[in-house]
Formats: sequence, structure tokens, C-alpha cells
Amino acid sequence: MTASLRPAASRVGRRPRFRPHLWVFLAPAVLIYTVFMVYPLLDSMRLSMFAPRDGVRVFVGLENFVHLLTDDLLSDRFWNAVWNNLIFFGVHFVVQNPIGLLLAALLSAPVLRGRATYRTLLFIPTTLSVVIVGFIWQLILSPAWGLVETPLLGQSSTALLTLSLMSVWQYIGIPMILFYAVLIGIPDELLEASRVDGANGWQIFWRVKFPLILPTIGIVSVITYVANMNAFDLIYTVKGALAGPDFATDIMGTLFYRTFFGFQLQRGSSTMGATVATMMFLLILAGVLFYFYGWQRRIERYQL
Amino acid sequence: MPKPLLRRAAAPLVGVLLIISGCGESEDPRDGAAPADNGDNGDTGNGEVQLVIESWRNDDLGIWEDVILPAFHEQHPNIQVTFQPSAPDEYNAALEAKLAGGTAGDLITCRPFDVALQLYEAGHLTALTDLPGMDAFDDVARSAWITDDGSDVFCVPMASVIHGFLYNTEVFDELGLEEPATEEDFHEVLDQIAAEDITPLVMGTADQWEAATMGFQNIGPNYWNGEQGRQALIEGEQRFDDDAYVSVFDELASWADYLPNGYEAITYPDSQNLFTLGQGAIFPAGSWEIALFREQADFEMGAFPPPLPEGQGQCYISDHTDIGIGMNADTDHPEEARTFLEWTTTAEFAELYANSLPGFFPLSDHSVELDDPLAQEFLDWRDDCESTIRNSYQILSRGEPNLENELWDLSAQVINGTIEPRAAAERAQEGLERWYEPQQ
Repeated sequence: MTASLRPAASRVGRRPRFRPHLWVFLAPAVLIYTVFMVYPLLDSMRLSMFAPRDGVRVFVGLENFVHLLTDDLLSDRFWNAVWNNLIFFGVHFVVQNPIGLLLAALLSAPVLRGRATYRTLLFIPTTLSVVIVGFIWQLILSPAWGLVETPLLGQSSTALLTLSLMSVWQYIGIPMILFYAVLIGIPDELLEASRVDGANGWQIFWRVKFPLILPTIGIVSVITYVANMNAFDLIYTVKGALAGPDFATDIMGTLFYRTFFGFQLQRGSSTMGATVATMMFLLILAGVLFYFYGWQRRIERYQL
Repeated sequence: MPKPLLRRAAAPLVGVLLIISGCGESEDPRDGAAPADNGDNGDTGNGEVQLVIESWRNDDLGIWEDVILPAFHEQHPNIQVTFQPSAPDEYNAALEAKLAGGTAGDLITCRPFDVALQLYEAGHLTALTDLPGMDAFDDVARSAWITDDGSDVFCVPMASVIHGFLYNTEVFDELGLEEPATEEDFHEVLDQIAAEDITPLVMGTADQWEAATMGFQNIGPNYWNGEQGRQALIEGEQRFDDDAYVSVFDELASWADYLPNGYEAITYPDSQNLFTLGQGAIFPAGSWEIALFREQADFEMGAFPPPLPEGQGQCYISDHTDIGIGMNADTDHPEEARTFLEWTTTAEFAELYANSLPGFFPLSDHSVELDDPLAQEFLDWRDDCESTIRNSYQILSRGEPNLENELWDLSAQVINGTIEPRAAAERAQEGLERWYEPQQ
């Protein structure tokens, strides 16, 4: 607004001042990001357009993608992995947001004693290695040594759900801390004012606090989506690369691993692996774009 | 106020300096290693030649250094051999990179079948068909390191693992049971153990490979007549949905009643622990378990080969070729490397190796005496039974879907009861038909 009111003449005469320090601050991030993220990503996309023919890698355009999506065997595996991946994310979305919010609300309750202890305890699993989490839960759920008679991790009907909940258990600290940060950031005047207006605790939470948390729920969900679609380690640790039984726990990460690196007697294919990786990237991109255009731009924000 | 030049330039300058200092020491670490391998020519001045063995068996480092190599050095004091293992998971990739870069050792431990075959076809391994002593190995032993047309052998077969069943003798003695010879006996034994509230068979299907390797490939050869059936599958004369293969899945499905509770979620380490803690009676095993079980179990163990199905008179065992050793085509010392390889074909090597690593059996036809009675028992089965290897390993796992992966999945599912034995056999056959011409 102010810029457009300024007389035009004053800008024409002045050369925009070169600010070398901007480059200095930007350069390391741009450089590192380009070398380690952008370039490999572009290169793997390039790789996905090649295929070995008689021992030589030749350009084949989109043939790999056509093959991945039309070959009955491969496309079965691929869509199975995508579907499982979406379920994996769905469980996170449905379970971690309410529980994270509940924990955050409890933590921010003014009457709570030992807040720091609870906060730490709830956050600790997030800092643990996935290998440890997988191992501990495998023991807890083991029919041989654990507390559960039913082979939850061994049946195709329960394995994926169990693994998703294990992952929620591990990462619940992140939504909790983010929600908590918003909750304690809400100015007291706002809450006092609503109390003066006669709102009860329930109304204060839903009418005042919740609208302020909503953007954070969006952020948490999109972070979770990206992390879940890239997930690999937990499934690999607990179920191995073949993600049994009957590929019931196979997600895109494990499918990519088998395709790219091979498995046992199966030879890996770097070009087909790159194709799967590119599809993963596109799916994640689609999800993130959906978030930005379908959610973040429409949501109402309040300046505190 | 104009800024002094120095101050204006300071920030970019620092940035550039940082970047330069970061790049300064990025020397390729491999540059340093290469001359050490190539430059010394292996001569240490007193006519001694250095050879290096590449291997994935890092568990065996001590045995090679303390037992096997000293015996060789005694006879060939002018050749110094070093055993240089890397992690099993990384071996294939690391070896390929080293061979391509010309820094690999003189002697190469060979994975069976296609991995080694590709190295040979890429010119990294030398043909050893005319190596003196090679005649000590029969066709089954050579099968893992031979070209598809059978003309060239490129690795000396070193060790195999044998499948069978290990059992807890205390449980057997207590219940007055005997080693079952036929499948009928086997089921009777299992029923009797189950009646005593002991887990009869210790195995899980969570990791899938045990169902295929210790289940399907363990008992299978008795159904498809070992090598005969394996070759017939490769030649397209038998199909995976033939009765013989369906029967293997049938028998496998019947195991479900005898496995531990919740076997669907029991992993390989779980079942190893269950058995060595004495909580089960019979363990479908590979001979490689012997050393570990000896350490962990405080009861005596016995072993029996896969029981014979009805109507089968001849027994077959899975005597699976697992480790071989070959020669780097780029070695500076082909003469000495051949001398070493020749030594690995001898009875002396076989005896040393088999006794140091109970459960890994020499593949040569020298008669070997083993100190470990249990390992000896496995080895004795070779006298009566015909040897064969896992039927998915040669040629048949080259396409999509991968037969070996399919067998893991199907065997586990058959035991879990989520697929019928015949349907499983049909799916394996369909998989083969998709890409394997002789089966189409």
C-alpha cells in the first residue's frame, strides 16, 4: 500500500542497492539444498526415464511409468503400497490429532502439577531410534514373550494398523508440543474477556482456543503426510523388506527399497527404483499442493 | 556514511573462506588406498607374495587367521594370504565397486548362482575349469558356480549348508520317542508331543523366509526327487502345480497345528530362543544353527533328515551350495592365487574348514571326519541320501515375479492358512509362466 503511494520519480533515479550480505546468508542454504536435495531429486527423475537395454542404459521417455502403472504385477504391488501408505497416514491423522490435542490441553491446564515431567515423558519416544521402538513393541506384542496372545503383527488384517499405531505412539510428542506451544501462546486477556462474556470452559476451548489451533493442525497434518509417505524404517525393522504377510504392510518405502536395491535373489533396478521414487515424490507433491490450495489459503487466521 | 570497503567486503569474504576451507581436504579417500593395493606388487622384498581374500564371512575371521591360513602358510611360506571380510549386507555392492575400481583382493569369495555368474560374465572372475583338484566336486556342488551351458566353472565350491530337523533329546527320551523316518511317523511324534503340552515344532512365519527355506525347501526334495525334479522344472518338463509340489504345500499347511501359539508373529530369533530355552521339541533347521545352538542350549540335541513321504523309498536332502572361492581376473599373482585355490580343493582344507565351522560342510568328495557329532550326523546323511539344492536358486529367480520371493510369501501364507496349497502352487506356476520360456 505504502509503496504505491510513493512518487515514482524517487525510485527511478536510485539503483537498487546491492546487498552482498543477503547472498552470504542465502548461499550456504541454497548451496547445500541444491547439492544434496534438488540435484539428487532431479537426477533421480532423469534416471527414471532411462532403462537398461542389452547392458546399456538408454533413454526411454515415460516407458517406465507406463510399465509401472499398466503391468498387472507391478501396478498391483504399486497400488497396494500406495493404498497401505494412505491407510498408514489415515491412522496417524485420525489418532494423533485428537490425542495430541488432548495431551496438549491437559498439559496447558493451569492446575496441572509436574508439567515438565509429563511433557518430557510424552516426548521421549520421539527421540528414540525406530529400531528400538520396533524392537520394544515387537517384544510387547510377541505371542511368545509378550502381553498379547493374538499375533497382531502377523495377521494381514491387523499388522498394518498395529504398525501405524506403533508409529503414532512414537511420534505423538510432535503434534503435542506444537499444539501446546499454540495453547500457551494464547494471551490471557483473550481468555479473561471470554470468561467475562460468560463463556464456560468448554465454550472457551471450542470457540476461542480451537480456531487458533486449527492452522497448526494443518501444518502437523502436512508434515505427517510427508513423513508417512516417505516412511520405511519402522516397517523394514519389524516386517523386513518383503513387508508380509502377503504384502499387507508394504508401503512405498519398502516397495522402493526392493525395486531399487533388489532383495535376496531379486536383482535391483536403479531405473525402475527411480521411477517408484518419482511417483512417491509426485504423490507427496500432490498432497502438499492440496494442503496449500485446499486448506491453508482458505483457513481464517487471527493475529494475536 | 560510506562504509569502509573492508567492512562491506567482510561478509562475502568470510563466506568464501568458509567454503574454501570446507573443500580443502576433500581428497578422495580411495586415492590413498589404491597405491597400497597396486603399488606394492605384493612383494615384501624377500620373495614373499601377498594375497588378499575378499569375503562376507566376517564371523569367520578368527578361524581363517588362526586355523586355516597358518596351515597353508606352513606349506607355502612364500605366499602370505590375508582374509579381508566386509559386512554381509554390503559385500556384493562393495565387491562390485572394488572390482570395477581395480582395488579388489586377489581371491574372491563367491556368492552362489547369479551374483557370481554376473561377475564372471563381466570378466572379473577367471575360469577354473582346468584347475587341478576340480574333479573332487560333483555336478551338484559345481552347479552354483557354472555357466548356464555348463562349460565353465569359475569358483571352487567351498561350503554347503544342509537342511533337516534338530530335536531336543531330553523331550524325546522323556516321552520315549524315536527319530521319525517317514512322514507318518513324524506326525505321530508331533501328536504325542502336542499331547504333553510341549510345542512340537518351533518355527514362526513372521519373517517368511523360514517357511520357505526351512519348510518348503527342507522337505520338498523328497517329493520332487531332488535334482531330477529341480532340473525338470528348469527344463519345463515339470510344473509348479504338479501334484508333487502341491503335496509339499499340503504337508507344510499341516504344520500349523504344531507350531507355537501366535506363530504368525513369531520371528526367526524368537524361534531360535524358544528352542534353545527348551520350550519346544523339534526345530526345522539349517546346519548353520549348530554352532550357535551348541552355545545356547543346555540340553543334548539330535538331528534327523526330512522324513519320507508315503511311497518314497529314496531320501533326498537339501545340501545347498552356499560359499565358493574364485580368482580376481586382474590379480598380479595368478600363479600364487591358483596355488591357493588348488589347496582349497584338498582333503586337508576340507577337514580344517568343516571342523572350524561346524554346520558348513565341504563340497568335495573327500571323506571328512568331524569332531562335532551333530555336524557329523548331518554330513552322514550324504551317504544314504541324494543331495540337491534349493530349486528356486538356479535360473528360476531371474524374472519378475521373483520365484524365491514368491516362495517366501506363499509358504508363509500356506502355513498361516490364508491360501490353499493348490492355489499357492498355481500362483507359483503362473509367476514362472509370465517370464520363463520353458514353462510357457
